[in-house]
Amino acid sequence: MNEGTGIRDYDWWLLTIIFAICGIGLLEIWSATHAGHLAGMHWKQMWWIALGLGLMMLLSRLDYHSVLDKAPILYLIGILALLAVLVMGHTRYGAKRWLPVMGEFLQVSEIAKLIIIVSLARFFAEVRTERLAIADLCKAAVLIAVPISLILLQPDLGTAMVLVPVVAVGAYLAGIQWKHAAAMVLAAALMVPIGWHHLKPYQKERVSTFLRPEEDPKGSGYQILQSKIAVGSGGFWGKGLGHGSQNQLGFVPVRYSDFILAALAEELGFAGVFVTLVLYTALLLRLIQNAQHAKDRAGMFLVMGVAAILGFHVLVNVAMVIGFMPVTGIPLPLMSYGGSAMLFVFLALGLVMNVRLRRFVN
Amino acid sequence: MSLWFQNENRLPQTRLTVISYSIVGLMALLLLGFWKLQIVNSDRYSQLAERNRVRSIPIIAPRGAMLDRYGRVIVDNYPSFSVLLLRDDPQQVERLLPQIADGLSVTLDDIEQQIDAAKALPHFQPIVIKPEATPGDIAFIESHRADIPVLEMLMVHRRRYPRGGFMAHVSGYVGEVSSDQIEESGGRYRPGDIVGKAGLERQYNEHLMGVDGMRRSVVNSIGREVGRLEQTDAVPGKPIRLTIDYDLQLVAEEALVGKKGAVVAIDPKSGEVLAMASQPSYDPNDFAIRISKDQWQDLNEDPERPLLDRAIQAQLAPGSVFKIIMATAMLESKALPADYHVFCPGSAEFYGRVFHDWDKKGHGDVDLHKAIVHSCDVFFYNVGKQLGIDRISFYGGNLGLGHKTGIDVPGEETGLMPSEAWKERVFHQKWYPGETISVAIGQGAIAATPVQLAYMIGGITMGGRFHQPHLLLSDKAAPEIDFPISDSTVDTVTQGMYGVVNEPGGTAGASKLPGIELCGKTGSAQVISEQGLKRVGKKADLRDNAWFVGFAPRQNPEIVVAVLVQGGEHGASAAAPIAKNVVKAYYDKKQGKIPPQQLTTQAVPPGIPPSFAAQAARAGQSEPVAEEGVPTKPDAASTKPQPVSTSTPAVPPATLNP
Repeated sequence: MNEGTGIRDYDWWLLTIIFAICGIGLLEIWSATHAGHLAGMHWKQMWWIALGLGLMMLLSRLDYHSVLDKAPILYLIGILALLAVLVMGHTRYGAKRWLPVMGEFLQVSEIAKLIIIVSLARFFAEVRTERLAIADLCKAAVLIAVPISLILLQPDLGTAMVLVPVVAVGAYLAGIQWKHAAAMVLAAALMVPIGWHHLKPYQKERVSTFLRPEEDPKGSGYQILQSKIAVGSGGFWGKGLGHGSQNQLGFVPVRYSDFILAALAEELGFAGVFVTLVLYTALLLRLIQNAQHAKDRAGMFLVMGVAAILGFHVLVNVAMVIGFMPVTGIPLPLMSYGGSAMLFVFLALGLVMNVRLRRFVN
Repeated sequence: MSLWFQNENRLPQTRLTVISYSIVGLMALLLLGFWKLQIVNSDRYSQLAERNRVRSIPIIAPRGAMLDRYGRVIVDNYPSFSVLLLRDDPQQVERLLPQIADGLSVTLDDIEQQIDAAKALPHFQPIVIKPEATPGDIAFIESHRADIPVLEMLMVHRRRYPRGGFMAHVSGYVGEVSSDQIEESGGRYRPGDIVGKAGLERQYNEHLMGVDGMRRSVVNSIGREVGRLEQTDAVPGKPIRLTIDYDLQLVAEEALVGKKGAVVAIDPKSGEVLAMASQPSYDPNDFAIRISKDQWQDLNEDPERPLLDRAIQAQLAPGSVFKIIMATAMLESKALPADYHVFCPGSAEFYGRVFHDWDKKGHGDVDLHKAIVHSCDVFFYNVGKQLGIDRISFYGGNLGLGHKTGIDVPGEETGLMPSEAWKERVFHQKWYPGETISVAIGQGAIAATPVQLAYMIGGITMGGRFHQPHLLLSDKAAPEIDFPISDSTVDTVTQGMYGVVNEPGGTAGASKLPGIELCGKTGSAQVISEQGLKRVGKKADLRDNAWFVGFAPRQNPEIVVAVLVQGGEHGASAAAPIAKNVVKAYYDKKQGKIPPQQLTTQAVPPGIPPSFAAQAARAGQSEPVAEEGVPTKPDAASTKPQPVSTSTPAVPPATLNP
């Protein structure tokens, strides 16, 4: 199984980009927390990164075909885990998202994301027609509707939304027909008013304050406004690491996690943001390149599933920081502080490495 | 491994490439967003960040104290806290208002009004929403720093005046600067500044007022101060030393309690005002915090008019006091011989109308001296007829009537010294010779203020050297107006005034002071003409105004005291004793009978009235004194309280209400 997969076959470019992003993230976590009671957070984050790297290596040794082979079972396990969270999950910040595993609280939906990637890759790999039939499209929709519903019940709108691009990108690559795509978009648009009705009050507030942030600056519009102030006041070169007043005095909300890019933008300026966004772009393009060179469609779908989720995370988070999107609680992959998210990203990248390592192998 | 899902179809390379370009495009779009925030609008957001971070709290400069001529503190400050509302974030403020109103136990309306009033101010400038914070308010603010970060406490220096309206009209009061004053000041005053609104507080505001400082500190997102930026210290206002002799002021205030009138004591050699009191009074301390609309309205509409400074604003007929001007005019104009005398049968007819003397029995044969001593009306009717109104007006004007004395208290009135030209100008009517007869005894269309009468008598006794009355003690001599009066005239007039007090039959014989040459002239002036009186029927508020203007000693006088008691009926019984008390206190002090430092140093006359004495006692116990650099107010504990003038009890009220 390991034949021909030497250390040189790892995607070193990808790893370099990952390390660079993690490095910037660590720096900013340190800057955002070093002065307060959260000091030392960057060390914890380093451990998560190390653990993630280990898991990535481990997963990359496994043939992805065997992973895909277990997809139905994995899917079932995932659904059960999501049900378990709803039944006996640990509530934090008003949502049941955490299951206690080995003394740490594991965000189950992060694992679920991974399982959805695998399941959808498996599903789309089986589609052999040039064009995606409506029946297959519906099957894919059902496949993803179940976990999305369960995650919405937690409630975790952000994570539920993250799953949509996986199926969207998958369907696109599987050859979705334009009329079907248009119909889906229309259906989604029609769902919005119904969905709005079922949103939690805080979610409605977030959306409405996104639309009119100046109305309630100390309420939930406050976060967007303070984030924009942090970003804007950074200027071109920034105020210097550890010298951003918005960051250091706590005006930027969760500055070490969801809004870490706002803290970075304030302290390292447009220059820092430019470098960071270029790195993320490079990361995503590199993932797509790996997909293009995958040995088979299954590998491609796997990599693109990862790329879809990471891309969505990055785009939505960055857009939120500058007020282009409402506050959704979607972290910035590889930079935001958080163990579950970090492990998910590295496991997902493990799948990518796996596909890459096997591109020349039969 | 079963790979039945293996799909050998070729990869959709085009679609993958499309996705790549989409990502690059979206990233570029986001970078554009950052560019807009960080480069295009950077200045605006930098300002917002700075406003988040920095809180500016003014440091209020204490006003200068007011000291009496010997350095005793009359008006000073005490530290207090005001509640500030930080309005950088109007929406937040609005949201928190109900909570704030509740916590500070003020009405929502009240706060909203104040916010409305400050609409024109820049938002970063905090406003005072509660001037006097209670311990409960302070606790409320401290415990809600995190959830109500818009409240802050401001240390202020609250003005402390003597209680009960003591010297209130002289000291005046302070208040928030009005928009008119801001405009006039040309940028020196800013909204919210506390400035003098009346009296010396207003007159010497520039001197008394300091320059506020500013403390800028860094606050974190929950409003806690985490660092200091810079501090501009406040420059305290400078104290002023007044010409007022606290001890004489005390006697004057004491004597007026329960009456309506004024006392003005002036040193005629310099124009220094030794005492100046007006009753009824008001408590300037009510203004020091923030006077409510109702309170202000009450004061303004009070029929007793407590806000009126009667010493400089009561324009009333001077009555017989005016006879001094008549006597001076008669002698100086030489229109009549010095030994001019008439027979007084108790009345006389002029221009077809009978004019009565105050003494229906008549004074018999009267010369000038006797006319002054007995205040004979008929004599002065004749003098008036001989002189004519324009000559009387010439002397009246030059001796100080009909124009401001120039005293350094705002709001002085001019009074009225009529003339033919005046009547022509104002009423477009001819002057009737009959009117001259009334004016000759200080009745009719003639009005003077107490300070004018003191100025007038002082000037005449000084041989025509009129020193501008003033309250600010200064090394520089006050402006002086000379209207030379011959020694013989001065001698005759002062001799007459000496007789008023010291000769048998003198109208103020009861106010004789053993060993002191107290001279003076009484006056009882009708508020309304006799005909008018008949029409309305005799009522209490139409009783004659009692005047007395005295001085001592007879030659080279050191003190002139003008006393007005409105509705006091008789100058001799109502006004003269007050002047006597003031002069006596002056001599007692001068002769060392009561060393100044042992005189009472309480800001409140002992025992009068009971309510404010009680307040004073409480104040004396609890009020902390001492402002650095300013002499402290000696309180009741440090010196034995002692009546000012043991031998002169307050005028019994009985004499006032027959």
